[in-house]
Amino acid sequence: MSFLEYAPAPESTAILDLKPEYGLFIDGEFTPAAGESFLTISPATEKPIARIANGTEADVDRAVAAARKAYEKTWSRMSGRDRGKYLFRIARLVQERARELAVAESLDNGKPIKESRDVDVPLVAAWFFYYAGWADKLEYAGVGANPRSLGVAAQVIPWNFPLLMLAWKIAPALAAGNTVVLKPAETTPLTALLFAEILQQADLPAGVVNIVTGAGETGRALVNHPDVNKVAFTGSTAVGREIARSTAGTGKKLTLELGGKAANIVFDDAPIDQAIEGIVNGIFFNQGHVCCAGSRLLVQESIHDEVVERLKSRLETLRVGDPLDKNTDVGAINSAEQLARIRELSEIGEAEGAERWSPACELPENGFWFAPTIFTNVSTSHRIAREEIFGPVLSVLSFRTPAEAIAKANNTPYGLSAGIWSEKGSRILAVADKLRAGVIWANTFNRFDPASPFGGYKESGYGREGGRHGLAAYLKEGAGAMSESAVRSRRDASPERAVLSQSTTKEEQ
Amino acid sequence: MTIERAVSPAQRAVEVLGGDLTEATLKRYLDGLPGVDTVGLEQRAASLGTRSIKTTSKAWALDRIIELIDLTTLEGADTPGKVRSLVAKALVPDAGDPSTPRVAAVCVYGDMVPYAVEALGDAHAAGRVTEPGDGLINVAAVATAFPSGRASLPVKLADTADAVAAGADEIDMVIDRGAFLSGRYGLVFDEIVAVKEACRRADGSFAHLKVILETGELNTYDNVRRASWLAILAGGDFIKTSTGKVAPAATLPVTLLMLEAVRDWHRLTGEKIGVKPAGGIRSSKDAIKYLVTVAETVGEEWLQPHLFRFGASSLLNDVLLQRQKLSSGHYSGADYVTID
Repeated sequence: MSFLEYAPAPESTAILDLKPEYGLFIDGEFTPAAGESFLTISPATEKPIARIANGTEADVDRAVAAARKAYEKTWSRMSGRDRGKYLFRIARLVQERARELAVAESLDNGKPIKESRDVDVPLVAAWFFYYAGWADKLEYAGVGANPRSLGVAAQVIPWNFPLLMLAWKIAPALAAGNTVVLKPAETTPLTALLFAEILQQADLPAGVVNIVTGAGETGRALVNHPDVNKVAFTGSTAVGREIARSTAGTGKKLTLELGGKAANIVFDDAPIDQAIEGIVNGIFFNQGHVCCAGSRLLVQESIHDEVVERLKSRLETLRVGDPLDKNTDVGAINSAEQLARIRELSEIGEAEGAERWSPACELPENGFWFAPTIFTNVSTSHRIAREEIFGPVLSVLSFRTPAEAIAKANNTPYGLSAGIWSEKGSRILAVADKLRAGVIWANTFNRFDPASPFGGYKESGYGREGGRHGLAAYLKEGAGAMSESAVRSRRDASPERAVLSQSTTKEEQ
Repeated sequence: MTIERAVSPAQRAVEVLGGDLTEATLKRYLDGLPGVDTVGLEQRAASLGTRSIKTTSKAWALDRIIELIDLTTLEGADTPGKVRSLVAKALVPDAGDPSTPRVAAVCVYGDMVPYAVEALGDAHAAGRVTEPGDGLINVAAVATAFPSGRASLPVKLADTADAVAAGADEIDMVIDRGAFLSGRYGLVFDEIVAVKEACRRADGSFAHLKVILETGELNTYDNVRRASWLAILAGGDFIKTSTGKVAPAATLPVTLLMLEAVRDWHRLTGEKIGVKPAGGIRSSKDAIKYLVTVAETVGEEWLQPHLFRFGASSLLNDVLLQRQKLSSGHYSGADYVTID
């Protein structure tokens, strides 16, 4: 027998206690929706998981009204310390139910259980713990001596990290004293609904968090509702643009976290084995459904062939398959629609003359699958080097000098993240300084920490999530705050972004 | 200038570095190896450690671990009786289950080699290449003033030659860590070449040479990578992590790094070098992580006694307990396996 064909090690779904049908979570209760319900399916098998309510405009209205009432009557009057207690309680409950949440996430989203178990859910707990600590310290958040909450926050999140994006949105909003109406993505509502049960368990006052499931129409009704004070959106640039347009002039505070086409830059003095791991993690983590994915690999010409060869042999060891198998590295594509888009762009890549390569791997018959793919001989003008594919597809480009690497990395309408691989510290700092991206990873990739701000430049959106900066998105400046222009001039002097090096993140593990 | 001093023209080094082998060319080559990022390496090792090896895979892994063990006793208090007892355990690891495979080798001090050879009798590999399941067992001897390596070269060579003459199939030598850390790579290199020569038997064949890097004393991963290449270039058949006398002994990241060196050497020359993590691997669970790391780094074909070994003593009994659990469905206890 072959040892490498590890025997199946499936995580049991017995831990889940799912209802056949879920309503909307409004004012602390699950309530039926006015609209026709829809099925959420497992992308790995296409089997239905549960029936989900489709929130209409009237439902959104109810949810916003509940949030408004909770804001006026309870949450905005509660002390920061007490708000913090609720957040700590939520964080602990997430930890207690971690396995259940991980299984549900993998089932509904298609991501490998090892990622939902080791990355998503622990980060969710970390986010709530982190912002729980901020709740009674808002005057030190850097937005003035007496910062005030905004009111009702409308939050719309994507399907790639369903529960984690929920945590990124809800934790800072609640810590800052706002109430929330959140719409999870149409294809991945399950963990948000389990999270609603956690809120009930935590005895969070009714209406502080409301969860309205549905599709694009529901989201549109939510962000355009006249009684919301804040809109936070993570998703595609096209939808982000539409939201920016519709909220313009309404006085709603807006943060957008949109697409990306990150450059992962590998210099010839990189720690090569770790760089290969970083490239793999950069683009194949979560099937490449990551807005900050390192989808453009920029390799110094002198080591290009060696890197590609090593990368290919590393990809041979990736295990694609059942998301619930503990040994799976790459799971299912989230939806048929997304799979079609990945296929289309890959075919365009081939047609434009790039060389396509995938390791030999057997894909399951049912469900939505796409083998990890590398394109070499990619030019900067190819569509696969310009457009966000949002799938396990890597475009490899080369460069000769640091200046060329910087120019190519910045030559994109996006600016969310970038990676630099080099053993030379001074080079990392010099290059990072010139990259127009919100997050820059040095000798690592796709590392997240609640204390670090995350967000984009240019078409990748605006506003920051995480850290002290993430709070500012949910607060009104209090007395003694710097004027907007003073903040901006200071920001320009030292770009508001994170250079995460491993030595700094390591201590936080 | 000592640095321009010529070093022994070991065949591998000449092929890779060219004819004019000096301490300077050797140093330039080793210092030019790509760096190792500590956090990234440890992360990769940790992620390999999360593989879930169950049912049939676990059964295969447990048997293979036994077949890869160098069952070891390296104590000042060792006696011929203790060595005979160790050999008996190597031959019949589990008295209650004759289907249990035999270990790859017994590893003893040089003066104990004759007793080990005698006790093994027909089961002694005696220079033959062993395969899993053939029932043959090698005798490995530690040499070169193990574990510190602090003796003059003639003493180290005599120590080696003596063990080979007594019938040792494998020699586990230690490198001069003092010289390595002070940058005298040529000295370390020459010593390995000389010890390799001392492994030559009367008939011209060689005892297998395992080079112990003592990674716990080398301290940085960059040093471990350089020492791995140095040992391979000088002619080592195996690179081994530790003596077991220094903490930390074998760790998964260090072993992964050494496997990467072996993989890169194979990519470069087509030649296969063995790896032996030793010391500190006590549980089946840990040992399985090493098997996974080997298979996913250099490939499954390395899971053979001539390319991978565990230097361990207490590991065997834990594997036997796990094996019993797999066949009987319940855990027994320490009294259901024999002490050696």
